[in-house]
Amino acid sequence: MTTLAAGATLRHAAWILRGNPLTAVAAAGALILCLVAAFSPWLVPYDPVASDVSVALQPPSAAHWAGTDQLGRDLLSRIVAATRLDLAIALSAVLLSFAVGAVIGAVCGYAGGRLDRVVGRVVDVLMAFPLFVLAMALVAALGNRVENIVVATAIINLPFYVRFARAEVNVRREAGYVEAARAGGEGHLAVVLKFLLPNVLPAMAVQISLNLGWAILNAAGLSFIGLGVRPPTPEWGILVAEGARFITTGKWWLVAFPGLALMLAVLCFNLLGDGLRDILDPRMRT
Amino acid sequence: MIHASPPAPPLLSIEDLRVAFATRAGTVEALRGVSLAVAPGESLGLVGESGSGKSVTAFAAARLLDRAGRITGGRIRFRGQDVTRLSAADLRDAQGSAQGSAIGMIFQNPRAALNPIRPVGLQLADVLRANGHSRAAARDKALAALEAVRIRDAARRLDAYPHELSGGMCQRVMIALALAAEPALLIADEPTTGLDVTTQKTVMDLVARLTAERGMALILITHDLGLAAQYCSRIAVMEAGRLVEEGAPGALFSSPRHPYTARLVAASPTPTSTLADLTPGAPPPPAPARPNPPAGTPALLEVQGIGKRYGDAAAVEDVSFAMREGESLGLVGESGSGKSTLSRLICRLIDPSAGEILFEGGSIGAIPARDFHRSPLRRAIQIVFQDPDGSLNPRFSAFDSIAHPVRRLTELRGEALRRRVIESAGRAGLGADLLGRFPHQLSGGQKARVGIARAVAVRPRLLVLDEPTAALDVSVQAGVLRLLDDLRREDGLAFLFVSHDLNVVRMMCERTVVLQAGRVVEAGDSRDLFQAPRTAYTRELLAAIPHFRPGAAREPAEPVA
Amino acid sequence: MAASRPASSRPASPWAGIARRAGRRLASSLPALLGVLVLTFLLMRVLPGDPAVFFASGPNAGKAEIEEVRRQMGLDRPVPEQLVRYLGDVATGHLGRSMTTGQPVLTDLRRRLPASLELTFTALAIALALAIPLGIAAALRPGSLVDHGVRFLCALGVCVPTFVSGLLLIYVFYYLLGLAPDPTGRIDVFAATPPDITGFLLVDFALVGDGEGWRNAASQLVLPALTMALFVLAPLARITRASMLAVLGSDFIRTARSLGLPPRRVVVTYALRNAILPVLTIAGIVFSTMLGANVLVEKVFSWPGVASYALDALLASDYAPVQGFVLLMASLFVLVNLTVDVLYGLADPRISVE
Repeated sequence: MTTLAAGATLRHAAWILRGNPLTAVAAAGALILCLVAAFSPWLVPYDPVASDVSVALQPPSAAHWAGTDQLGRDLLSRIVAATRLDLAIALSAVLLSFAVGAVIGAVCGYAGGRLDRVVGRVVDVLMAFPLFVLAMALVAALGNRVENIVVATAIINLPFYVRFARAEVNVRREAGYVEAARAGGEGHLAVVLKFLLPNVLPAMAVQISLNLGWAILNAAGLSFIGLGVRPPTPEWGILVAEGARFITTGKWWLVAFPGLALMLAVLCFNLLGDGLRDILDPRMRT
Repeated sequence: MIHASPPAPPLLSIEDLRVAFATRAGTVEALRGVSLAVAPGESLGLVGESGSGKSVTAFAAARLLDRAGRITGGRIRFRGQDVTRLSAADLRDAQGSAQGSAIGMIFQNPRAALNPIRPVGLQLADVLRANGHSRAAARDKALAALEAVRIRDAARRLDAYPHELSGGMCQRVMIALALAAEPALLIADEPTTGLDVTTQKTVMDLVARLTAERGMALILITHDLGLAAQYCSRIAVMEAGRLVEEGAPGALFSSPRHPYTARLVAASPTPTSTLADLTPGAPPPPAPARPNPPAGTPALLEVQGIGKRYGDAAAVEDVSFAMREGESLGLVGESGSGKSTLSRLICRLIDPSAGEILFEGGSIGAIPARDFHRSPLRRAIQIVFQDPDGSLNPRFSAFDSIAHPVRRLTELRGEALRRRVIESAGRAGLGADLLGRFPHQLSGGQKARVGIARAVAVRPRLLVLDEPTAALDVSVQAGVLRLLDDLRREDGLAFLFVSHDLNVVRMMCERTVVLQAGRVVEAGDSRDLFQAPRTAYTRELLAAIPHFRPGAAREPAEPVA
Repeated sequence: MAASRPASSRPASPWAGIARRAGRRLASSLPALLGVLVLTFLLMRVLPGDPAVFFASGPNAGKAEIEEVRRQMGLDRPVPEQLVRYLGDVATGHLGRSMTTGQPVLTDLRRRLPASLELTFTALAIALALAIPLGIAAALRPGSLVDHGVRFLCALGVCVPTFVSGLLLIYVFYYLLGLAPDPTGRIDVFAATPPDITGFLLVDFALVGDGEGWRNAASQLVLPALTMALFVLAPLARITRASMLAVLGSDFIRTARSLGLPPRRVVVTYALRNAILPVLTIAGIVFSTMLGANVLVEKVFSWPGVASYALDALLASDYAPVQGFVLLMASLFVLVNLTVDVLYGLADPRISVE
């Protein structure tokens, strides 16, 4: 019976992908990004941290496809090497906030009452912060390390998952199948865990994909202003920050290529999220 | 009203109309060649079940098909002019502003049909000005329009927003809007679905009176044969995008020629029909052999002075009644009467604020709802929910849905569990081949049957049915009602049947309790209560039910005061 | 029930309703503001770096001297007591003194806030002026070239980080085309000192009638404002399109069409006025996002606003300015929400009787 459902979902996905090639491209792009992240040490043409002042600040050429920086390091190698770190930060941050946020939100959305109001208020406080400022303060407070970028990004993502799970559970708590489950002998907690969460998960998966892009931007932004990852570690935000010093003298490649990498990564995850939403939305099913 | 005057040239004529909708699954044919005509001043009822294409026909005629819908063939003529390819605006221009808008329309769900952030007076004025009235005249005209639809205190209501008006009031405003353009034809698309039966009567009486006064033609689209029979001089029956039969209501319903019409007429409950009438075929099983319980046996269920408050508002107040083993009790009332709250209280899904619930003499009202799932009595009280869509977990197959309570509440496992599920499904009329399907792969009637199989699989003693057929087409409803009745007779189950449909309750229940605003108004033996209601409210409810008599010969539409 | 509400009380009721709602929002914001205060206080207490060392005469200061400074600053007290004191200070308008500028934080913030606000408001105005027409155009013809273009722009817009788009704009308009001035600060260093009236340069120059100064300030403002506007264009256009599409598909638009209202009236009076409601809500959220994104844009353009001030303080382990900044941001956020509530109340009669 499950294979039947899986088969139907796969067929449905294939049908959607045919009708929406952009999602297929995005999925392929996300896959390529993950592969690049996994195999980056074997993919880079040059050592990403080896400097050679004789070729400093060279524009893109056959030898250096993306040009070189002020220390003569190959920019393409640095961008490729940075993929792993950027994706790892974003992925772990999003998964962390998803795991915590989904449970908190689901319980609050189902229980309602005072607990829900208190959590709702805390979430409001968190969101009352301009979130990027909050992330800045958190990294500064916890210490300028990569783990803390993950924690800070996870915390600023948390309110969204709590809200989302809360709203999704809230609209379903009055659904007949929830009451039927209780008439069938389930307690409240079991109803949340066995009936509501599984039904909310697909929508949350969409949220994960959309948030990945946002998390990448946040982490890069933090290192751009000098928090978290430190030079000379290759990281997209740092690469842009280093290139910023030379933009007024026309060394465009130092900003454009790391920026392009950032943009493509975020675009892939966003388009994938939009596509997933179409696939999972049961109203769209035939 | 003009009856049977064929010589008059038709106001609207539709010839072999075909409409297709572009969906993600490809093109779907909604209309497969529909032809019909409406004479000036005539009232035509367009009846059929969901998906029959009755609304699509009306929307095509009124030029209101959405982007996905396309006229693929046929012709629509209005006053003899071919308007098939004209836009709504062209249609208005073609007819000339002096004649006003050609076709007015009123819709299902009147509150959503009004602009939520614009006072109703301004909305009326918008229509009047679009039809050539000056700004100054528009307000007076709007006032007159509201008065014409019998809205009390119309001058003040001009400044009201839709959310400040009741559903019935919104529908009157909608009627005023539709009539403000002085159309020659009014199309009413399920105008009273979702309204209470007493409101339905006042709204429909108003429509009938206004169309008659102004000599307008009326197309009434409805799934309710009684409503169509009462308010229309001619009826057309649609099925699956085709018009299968048309004629005067009396003749059509007393001797239907098309088998679909016959099925539909048979399946529609009337004030005198019995369950056997609805589902021709096998005779009902023998009367239940219910031995009289020895004296002193406590009632199966006894509710004493129960109440439920939400904040300051009382949803249910001081309700008492008792049920015997195997008895069927109907709980009727309009929206807001508290009948659904009461059913959830008895199922122990929510906690009462006052009163006592006794099951076989033992108190169950004191067990908190959040712990009741551990009570041995959980198994004894089961419920069937109203909305077959929402009451099945989308991630469970039909088998899993039925098996879930069996697993939780009985000791059956493995092969024994499987046999119980298949047996329960079979008794609910579901073949074993359907058990692997997921809710979105089942029809509405099949989903309803899964819900019933799930409830009876643990062999309960009391089954609460919360509007079990409200979302179903009549032909499906008939089958489900028959099934429920058979189950009750075979198992000696007690039924608490919650419904707004008095005809259904009369057929299904031995005794009936009438609720209004959370309180019991009247209770008693169903036969007595329906034949000789004692309270004014019950009389009003009964009088408001639209009805038709298939047995009667030709019956003209009742004159409306 | 709402149905029996006397309609005669209507003329007064929307404002009363809005006032009630705004009051409720304000009351419910106070705990949030307090939470923000406590949170920043605690965060700043665990920041690395010891301000007592910083404030002492120098790295060679004796242990006794450092202890003395610590005592003066109240840092030797238990944390709860420090918190109460801090709250008392904030209540009386004392936000502390910045160690880097040597000025009271309140003075610094007051001097720099207009720069940030001018940038944010200009960007929001540009973004709204572009996003709403684009969203409407896309929704009126779903599936058309315009629609696809807008959706593409939206997809792209959310992917480009402000610090990259800002730098690329500098490259194109400053380095390549020479159209934009040197991207440092609000005004050309060689220009005359601006008049100090409101702190908003565009307003001040306009007030004194200095056309050249105004153009100068505007040319400095264009690139950062554009950077920020591009960043928030996508969510605004997206919500406009989605909300307009939803409204156009709703029952009351079908009613308006069935009644033969002129198409202009249907789109503008009926659809747009309803569709603008979610846009208002999102605009409030977007404004808060921009307050955060200010940090990046101000850094790229060396803009002398509050965000770059806070960033410098943060990197220098300077507590007070960061606390002051965060409190300022939270208060601004509350103000923005109040404004949105009032506007929403004016636009939607339903909320005044909720």
